[in-house]
Parts: sequence; structure tokens; C-alpha cells
Amino acid sequence: MSAISELSSITRRKGKVTAAEKKANRRDNKAAYIFLLPWLVGLVAITIGPMLMSLYLSFTDYNLLQPPEWTGLDNFTRMLSDARLHNSLRVTFTYVFVGVPLQLAVALLIALVLDKGLRGLPFYRSVFYLPSLLGGSVAVAILWKQIFGTTGLVNQVLAMFGIQGPGWISDPSTALGSIILLHVWTFGAPMIIFLAGLRQIPNMYYEAAKVDGASTLQQFWRITLPMLSPIIFFNLVLQIIGSFQSFTQAFIVSGGNGGPSDSTMFFTLYLYQKGFGQFDMGYASAMAWVLLLIIGVFTAINFIASKYWVFYDD
Amino acid sequence: MTTNLETLPAPERKSTGAGKPNNRKPRVRESRGTLAFSRAQRGKSLMKHGILILAGALMIYPLLWMVVSSLRPNELIFREPGLWLNSLEMSNYTSGWSALTHPFGHYMLNSAIVVIGSILGNLVSCSMAAYAFARLQFTGKRLFFGIMLLTIMLPFHVVIVPQYILFSQIGWVNTFWPLLVPKLLATDAFFVFLMVQFIRGIPRELDEAARIDGAGHPRIFLRVILPLMVPALATTTIFTFIWTWNDFFGALIYLTDPDMFTVPVALRAFVDSQSATSWGSLFAMSIVSLLPVFLVFLFGQRFLIKGIATTGIK
Repeated sequence: MSAISELSSITRRKGKVTAAEKKANRRDNKAAYIFLLPWLVGLVAITIGPMLMSLYLSFTDYNLLQPPEWTGLDNFTRMLSDARLHNSLRVTFTYVFVGVPLQLAVALLIALVLDKGLRGLPFYRSVFYLPSLLGGSVAVAILWKQIFGTTGLVNQVLAMFGIQGPGWISDPSTALGSIILLHVWTFGAPMIIFLAGLRQIPNMYYEAAKVDGASTLQQFWRITLPMLSPIIFFNLVLQIIGSFQSFTQAFIVSGGNGGPSDSTMFFTLYLYQKGFGQFDMGYASAMAWVLLLIIGVFTAINFIASKYWVFYDD
Repeated sequence: MTTNLETLPAPERKSTGAGKPNNRKPRVRESRGTLAFSRAQRGKSLMKHGILILAGALMIYPLLWMVVSSLRPNELIFREPGLWLNSLEMSNYTSGWSALTHPFGHYMLNSAIVVIGSILGNLVSCSMAAYAFARLQFTGKRLFFGIMLLTIMLPFHVVIVPQYILFSQIGWVNTFWPLLVPKLLATDAFFVFLMVQFIRGIPRELDEAARIDGAGHPRIFLRVILPLMVPALATTTIFTFIWTWNDFFGALIYLTDPDMFTVPVALRAFVDSQSATSWGSLFAMSIVSLLPVFLVFLFGQRFLIKGIATTGIK
């Protein structure tokens, strides 16, 4: 289904080239490189070149005005004692570890309810999907800022029951929670992937299970979950990679400063402040590589762990 | 992963409708069951609908409330959690429209330029690369394909600092080029992958026949493959539209001159300039900014759903 599974199959495949293929190779080579030209230029100029450059910059002190000054591992040792950076990691990890499982659980739950011959499926699907389309926008982040403001929608509703709610986004203990809720609210996209996955499970499995007297819950644990595990894995990897990079919501809700008292200072927001607020480009580059490393490690852990819980039918 | 999920629905499979099994038939059969059975079934489905309607209402309530609030006088927004309107207040829209240095239409136009440029860039460059990957044999194909898949998962932040330095040295800050050139160079690898998968579903006999008739690769690409991959192109167009329209980070970094602001950065400037005093006009412009995305959602749903279900983009 995905780039993820495709990638793992590439590393497994053995390289055997037949004579006929070699001939085709020569014929197609030129044409292929012409077709690939924009992508190749982009790969070199927009991706690999900048990656190498940022790797170099991560070992320097650079403020855009003076030429970069080599400082060795300075940026990385600075990170070890940078309390704000540690805090930003804590915020980001909380966001990923709470937000992603919650969002996927809700997505799966709704997908299960929506599955199998329900009237008005396209309508429900649209309603649940719409927020995930708008959720990344500045407009919705602004809306969220009001909803969880001191006089916001949530507190207006609470006031109807005589409850005086806190200033959700101005209180450090609840600010991150409201951004996590925004993330959960956008469960529509993984839900649709789950729905597609549920469609692929052959009905005969359930029929056989019913004949054997399996309960709905047993069917879920023994059939749905294992059969869906590749899709769960896919969503998990995708959501973790995406969530580590969240930026807009935290930026808008906190007014760009990660407040109150750094409680919504995401790693990417801190990176933005260092690089584009203080023009500490060397440190920002080093942070970017740490982010890449974190995402890489998590993706690798996911892949390794997947061997134990992801079930492939083929 | 299961093979039938791995590829986008190929054209010939779609026409037979085999891509969507087990949705309709069971429903008909259930309703024709015995009386007791169907009554239990109806109760269950009624409960399902109840839960879904409740959950759906909760999901879109914040959005509806924002629409209603944008039509309310300011002082009412902080007292009205409900959705009823006593009068239509259009003043939020008129005052919001001209609250910044330029009328809001100016920023919409800027966004439109970036969006259209990005769409054209993605369509041309990604489809070319996809044709090479899907149909041509060339040296380094597997290596390049693997790299392409990896770039899908690469965090933007690793390249943003050097990219910024590069573009600022060419003098492109406060132009649209830093936002457009990467699209022209197929850096949205997700779409390359999506198109590769789609082309793989097109029968090879078609281009082999064209080749026997003496057509070269450019002709096969333009006359045979491109017309058949309209669904994939539509998906790319729609997602590029929505992502680019919503893109905040890129615009925040590269567009600092109010003349060049796209809608998201303009909205953010609006928040900063008005703080909490005029939520009404802020909401009004938020609605205006979400409208294009909503319209695309309304008319492009089919492709949106298919795009997510098969490749995981959102």
C-alpha cells in the first residue's frame, strides 16, 4: 500500500539483471534521465545539497552575516545544558506519545462503526474527515485559541453548568492538552485509511468465526486487529513522523513564543526561534539533525517492533 | 502488505467496480432477514446512527460556531455558545476585509499565484519522474527509487536552514520563487510515488503497442500515459491546492513583506495586530480563508478519499 512497505521490499530484493534487461537499459537510459531531470536537479539542489550543508553548519557558529566559524561539537554540547531545549523535547514527546495513540484509537473506533453496510457512509465520512483537512490551517488554530480561551466556547458551555473553567491555553498545565486535542480532532485521514483496510478483510473470515460461535469482541481481537495490523503500522509510522514536525498549531495558539512558560514550546518551534528569530543558524542546523535522528530512531524501532506484531497475509 | 492495497486502483479495475466489495450486498440481505432478526438489526443500526450523529455534531460544532460567530456582533461572541442568530452582522466581514495594509483580496491573490504555480510544478515534474520510475529501465533505478521514497519521510527542517541561506543569497526572499521552485523540481516525492503506483496499474500492452507504431517515450508519455492517469493527476492537484493554501511555515520564513503575504501569514498578522479585540472580523477572515479549501473538499471528495485510502496522503 505504501512507500513504507515498498522501501522495505527494495532493501530485500536481490539484484539480478537479465541480458534482455541490459539491452533495454541502454535504450531507455537517456530517455529516463531526461524524464528524471527536474527530480534529479531538485534532489541535488533542494535536498541532498542542503542536507550536506546543514550537516556542515551544525558544526559551526553562523549568523548569516559573518562566514560560518567551525566550532566542532560545540552546538551539540550546548544542547546538553540547554534547559529550554530539554523542555521542548519533553513537550514534543508528550504530544507524540499521547496525541498519536489517542488519535489512532479514535480513528479506528469510528472506522469500525462506519464499516459494513451502514446507510449514509459517504456523509459521515465527510463530516469526520473535514476537520483533518482544515486542522493544519492558521484559521483553525485561531479558532482553537478562542475556543480554549478564558472567555472561550468551552468555558461558556461550562458556565452553563455553573463551572468556572480555567484559562485553558493561558494555563501551562492545560495548554499542551488543548493542542493535543486539536490533533486528535483531525483523526479523519487515518480513519479513511482504516476504512480502506477494513474493506480488504474477506467477509468469509467473519462468517467462519460466527459459525464457530466467536463473539464480536473475539472477532475483533482475532480477525480484525491482526488483519489490520499492516494498516495500523502504516498509520503509526506516518503519524509519528508527522507529529514530530508539528508547528503551525503551537505557533498560532501560543502567539509564536511557545508559552505559557514554554508549555507549548515544540521542538520545531524552538528550532524556528533559534534559526529565524535569533539567526543562530548553526545551532538550528544541529537541532534539525537531532530531529532527523529522533525520527529515524523511532521509525527504525517501529520497523523492528513491527516484526512481532504486524501480520502479513501474503 | 497485501498486494491489492499496494497499488492505486488501476483504470481497468475501477471500471468493473471490483475495488469496493462487501459494502452494499450484505445490507440488502440483512434487511430481508426474519422479522425478529431485522428488528434487532434495526435497533442496532439506529443506535449506531445515534452515536455517529452525536460524534459528528461534536466534530463540526466548533466550525459551525465559528461561522455563526463571524456573523455576530463582537460582544455576543463571548457570551453565546449556541448556534442561533438573531441578526446577520456583515460588518465583521467588511471590517476584516480591510483591517490590514491591503484588502484581504490581495493576500488571496498572492495565495492563488503560489497555489497555481505549485500545482503546475507538481503536475509536470512529478509525472515526468513517475513515468521514468514506472516504465523505464536505467542505471541506478533502484537506488534512485529508494532515495525518492526516503525523501518522503525526510523532515523539512533538515534542509530549511541551508535552503533559506541559498534563496536569500540569490535574493529570492520576499518573492514566491522559494515556494515554487521546489515544486517545479518534484520535491513533493509523495506525488511521484502516487503516480508511479498509478502508472504501474496501466497495462503495459498499451505503451508497447504505441512503441511498435513508432512512438518515442515523449509521445508515449504525453499521448498514452498522461491521459490515462487523470485520476492521479486530479488527486495531486487537489492535495497540492490544500497543502499550499494552508502552508504556513514556508510562507512565514520567506515572505516577510506584507505586500507578498499569503493568506496564512496575513491571518497571523491579523491576530498580532488586533489581539483579542475583534474576534468577529478575525473569524470572518478565517472563514474566508477556509472557503477555498472547503470548496475543493466539496467538489474533489472522490479523489481526496481515494488519494488517502490508497497512499496515506492527507
